[in-house]
Amino acid sequence: MGSDRAHDLRIVGTSQVMVDAVSKVTGKTVFADDLQLPQMLYGKLLRSTEPHARIRKLNVSKAVAAPGVKAVITGADLPIPFGILPVSQDEHVLCPEVVRFVGDPVAAVAATSEDAAFEALNLIAVDYEPLEPIPSIDTALESDKPQLHDYADDGNIHKLINLEFGDVEEGFADAHHVREDVFFFQGNTHLAMEQHSATADWSADGRLTLWSATQTPHYVHRAVAKVLELEPSRIRVIACHNGGAFGGKSDPFSHEIAAAKLAMLTGRPVKITLTREEVFYCHRGRHPVLMWAKTGVDESGKILAMHFKTCLDGGAYGSYGVASTYYTGALQTVTYEVERYKFQGARVFTNKPPCGPKRGHGTPQPRFALEVQLDKIAEDIGVDPVDLRRNHLQPPNSVTANWLKIGTIGLGECIDAVVEGAGWKEKFKKLPFGKGVGIACSSYICGAGLPIYWNDMPQSGVQLKCDRGGGVTIFCGSIDIGQGSDSILAYITAEILGIDPIDVRVVTADTDLTPVDLGSYSSRVTLMTGNAAVQAAEKVRDIIAFHAAKKLETEPDKVRFADRSVLAADDPDQRIAFAEAVQLAEAAQGTVGSIGWYKPEKSPGRYRGAGVGPSPAYSYSAAIAAVDVDPETGIVTVPKIWIAHDIGQSINPMTVIGQVEGSVYMGLGEALMEEMVYRSNRNVVHKFPSMLEYKSPTTHEMCEIETFLVGDPDPNGPFGAKEAGQGPLLPVMPAVANAVYDAVGVRVDEVPITPEKVFKGLRSKDHRVGPKSFPDIPWPEPLCIPTPAEGGDGKALRVETAAKA
Amino acid sequence: MLRLPRFDYLEPKSLKQALKMREASGDNAMYVAGGTDLYPNMKRRHQDPTTVISLANIRALTGVRNRDGHTCIGANTTLTQVAKHRRIKRHYPAIATAAGSISTPLLRNMGTLGGNLCLDTRCNYYNQTLEWRKSIDYCMKKDGAICWVAPSSPRCWAVNSSDLAPVTVAIGAEMALVSADGERVVPAGKFYNDDGIEYLTKRPDEILTELRLPQPNGWDATYLKLARRGSFDFPVLGVAAWIRWDGDTVADARIVLGAVASYPMPVPEAGAAIIGTSLGDDAIETAATAAFKPSKPMDNTDHGLSWRKQMTRVYVARALKELRANNKLI
Ligand SMILES: Cc1cc2nc3c(=O)[nH]c(=O)nc-3n(C[C@H](O)[C@H](O)[C@H](O)COP(=O)(O)OP(=O)(O)OC[C@H]3O[C@@H](n4cnc5c(N)ncnc54)[C@H](O)[C@@H]3O)c2cc1C
Ligand code: SF4
Repeated sequence: MGSDRAHDLRIVGTSQVMVDAVSKVTGKTVFADDLQLPQMLYGKLLRSTEPHARIRKLNVSKAVAAPGVKAVITGADLPIPFGILPVSQDEHVLCPEVVRFVGDPVAAVAATSEDAAFEALNLIAVDYEPLEPIPSIDTALESDKPQLHDYADDGNIHKLINLEFGDVEEGFADAHHVREDVFFFQGNTHLAMEQHSATADWSADGRLTLWSATQTPHYVHRAVAKVLELEPSRIRVIACHNGGAFGGKSDPFSHEIAAAKLAMLTGRPVKITLTREEVFYCHRGRHPVLMWAKTGVDESGKILAMHFKTCLDGGAYGSYGVASTYYTGALQTVTYEVERYKFQGARVFTNKPPCGPKRGHGTPQPRFALEVQLDKIAEDIGVDPVDLRRNHLQPPNSVTANWLKIGTIGLGECIDAVVEGAGWKEKFKKLPFGKGVGIACSSYICGAGLPIYWNDMPQSGVQLKCDRGGGVTIFCGSIDIGQGSDSILAYITAEILGIDPIDVRVVTADTDLTPVDLGSYSSRVTLMTGNAAVQAAEKVRDIIAFHAAKKLETEPDKVRFADRSVLAADDPDQRIAFAEAVQLAEAAQGTVGSIGWYKPEKSPGRYRGAGVGPSPAYSYSAAIAAVDVDPETGIVTVPKIWIAHDIGQSINPMTVIGQVEGSVYMGLGEALMEEMVYRSNRNVVHKFPSMLEYKSPTTHEMCEIETFLVGDPDPNGPFGAKEAGQGPLLPVMPAVANAVYDAVGVRVDEVPITPEKVFKGLRSKDHRVGPKSFPDIPWPEPLCIPTPAEGGDGKALRVETAAKA
Repeated sequence: MLRLPRFDYLEPKSLKQALKMREASGDNAMYVAGGTDLYPNMKRRHQDPTTVISLANIRALTGVRNRDGHTCIGANTTLTQVAKHRRIKRHYPAIATAAGSISTPLLRNMGTLGGNLCLDTRCNYYNQTLEWRKSIDYCMKKDGAICWVAPSSPRCWAVNSSDLAPVTVAIGAEMALVSADGERVVPAGKFYNDDGIEYLTKRPDEILTELRLPQPNGWDATYLKLARRGSFDFPVLGVAAWIRWDGDTVADARIVLGAVASYPMPVPEAGAAIIGTSLGDDAIETAATAAFKPSKPMDNTDHGLSWRKQMTRVYVARALKELRANNKLI
């Protein structure tokens, strides 16, 4: 049937209405907080008012006796720890002994109304014995004794990584020019419109159902089973449509498990919806990262060696932090050729809400540093920053110094598109003082190569069932968080079976009904569930073709599917309705259905840490930002951004452009204003856990965007598709920083680029604002991994040999 | 969602009735107009009246009237109405601009002139939920003993963050207040107090009935607002500048700073620096410097305090240049 691929695509590649668009815009979509069950109780969490303290006494008796209160639980009721990564099971639903940040939950109440629950919280007396808080990277490194957790790699350093791919010192020695810079990327949060919400129901026959605004129902399923000590088969997790997530709903959370526990205790459904302030405390957003980068280039700007150090402020818990730390060093190599590469990463624990994955997970920070440093290098050696990048792209179908296998690369086309679109040559260095342009590029994974817990099973599975009426239902564990993954499943199925997307019913994100998909993170869904859907749909197509062929008086491999019909390829008048073809198949062999699944190929890296970075494909982006800087105030405005994205093949170009524009919007916020600020000297409170004072751009600050979609279909993507959800965010922040430099000659080596910083830079001697030094960190011995060019095999040298070498 | 506490809600139909209700419920009662300030504050439990008396149904408080050449704006007039009113736009553009710069269209549809003029002072140690404030053991303005912004200071430095207040002071408007004792009229400059807690000279039982604007004869005024974003945000600096022209010469001038103190802060030195000049660049520079000096923002709003102070100079100069350009147009 492979020949069918050659037919013109009818749906894939065209702009289609999203399957849930009308429900969304008419307010009909049921979000988690819209759920109302009979007899439902309302739950609330009491959160710590101390950044670091031991709980001396916790008295809930008054709350238990309060009107309307049905249950109160504390840490003692849920002693089993959990966490998203198997290596950091360091969270409790309710802190049993120690609280680690202002906002850490300590008790939960279920009552007949939200008011009663709120009043009851105020009746819980907690007696805290304050412990020394660790508010910053500096203070975390000061003491070598563990303060927050005793499982850290070293003192308060949760994770330490030291990887060397080839001898970088040799590379620096050969270089024409070597530069060292220090950068800081401030932490920021997802700011999804929808606040987290979960509702749990414990049925009389001993089954738990949990509805939640989550990106990872499968991982939530596992965490609930673990903490509540329930058979997984008794638990059903249903992920509701997410009103935005961006990584902020990809951990299992206290409120989800607390709602379940309270439902079990009371025998009534319990809903917990977080306030906006609580969402700030759940956080899991962008890590603040201090970075040191040393890069050596030849005369043309080709990178001979790069040494990158990162230090992440992790907040109070592990979350995805180990992966985040690896990600701050993983993707530096996939855009431009880097011959030798060394990466040292550290993540510290601090008494603040935990950081985790936000759009771009761990890669926007180093990408910012890298792209700004390249801009400086281009100036140092007198090369146009466009040429410096364009002339040294990583070749397609290659393996990078750190053993990432790259397939298609559309970065060259991306650069060309924005350079031409923006009129770069006429603008760069040529605009009047106060106006400037800047360029930056980036790359992102299309799905993490490995699942979060070690297993050999597929990362994504679908089941497909054909109805006698001509409808098709596709079941998949994936969850639509607004990015349109449900629509992708419908388009792909409809494309292959020759039907309309409206004929496809998509049932997703229900652990009872749907096969496992790991969740909506790491830009994995279109590629992985897409491939699984292609496989399942092709199997069903083959079954139907086999049974329809006789009626059409042709061979099964000459049967075509189009216009809701099944027809003979050489005689299109010979056709029957798709529904009739399904009936023929069902009459002959019973219910027509199939399964499809996807698991990425193994990556060539075989060293410890090689699990983070590999992906079936890499997307690429390039952006040029135009800025206006008011030299009297330092205020930066961005009138326009040109952005090109290598999508491989758009399944739906309209939704791809939507993702690109959304990324630019989010990137602008990170570039110019968003930051998580805590008052270290005031009990480490979050300075402004509200949507009014946590500044994110409004439509007034949003720039004009011109988007170019480029790229060749990637053999590993469904129909050649790559990701669009995260990659296009990455070039925005460095492009803005580089444009500010072009406009007024000020280097702001950190984000956000606030007016205060630009103002200061304009009046300082070196016209630079940013961190001055990188701290001393007790790095372990490096793992030495010879690069492919050096004839390595992807494994690390044994430590003794490495030491000798 | 943050929840409102329980309270009694009264809806008087007349001023008289409102004052009676207020008398009956005593100091645990507060007036409400659009509720855009009071209700969020109640949700966060930093204002906690047990009785709320709505002024929304009192006809006498709405509308824009002309009295002896003075334009009088009823306290209940919404900010949208103020911003869009033809006469206000024509004769008092600074008032219309300031009203139109407040927050969002939604808020302006709900929020009233009176509510804005009586807006509670703001501070990011104070405009926080009960739980958050518990973490810092509260502060002097509500439930606590110390001021976290200036711990050694005996007073509260919460910020007057109304966009309209500095304009009313600069142009010399008046506030009409009514209580059981009758009516009194207070110049805008005397309506505010330099104190984060007792920020109004208005007694809590008094109702602000209207804002009386001076006759538009031979003077001009403008308002410039500095805020992070083009919508939603409170000012971190407001500059209201007023000039009475005598041909090309400045006969009289007032410059008032908003959002850098607990009250709209007049800077007489800045006004004095331009009186008698034709508003040349040098005079403007002197005035800008004079305004910059006493401007002392604290670390309790958005943006850094030293930058906000620096911006005083820039914004005062820009406001004066705008007035100079307007005068040339005529
Ligand atoms: C998100 C947000 C952004 C904002 N941004 C800005 C901004 O940029 N600039 C700005 O200036 N303001 C801003 N505000 C404040 C807003 O202007 C005021 O909230 C609004 O004008 C208040 O009007 P109201 O009718 O809703 O007042 P209410 O909330 O009803 O009342 C406010 C106060 O005034 C008292 N009061 C009201 N009317 C009278 C009266 N007639 N007599 C006596 N006392 C009275 C009330 O008792 C209360 O203490 C913002 C508010 C929010 C929530
Ligand atoms: S200025 Fe001081 S006393 Fe006033 S609200 Fe702020 S912290 Fe409290």
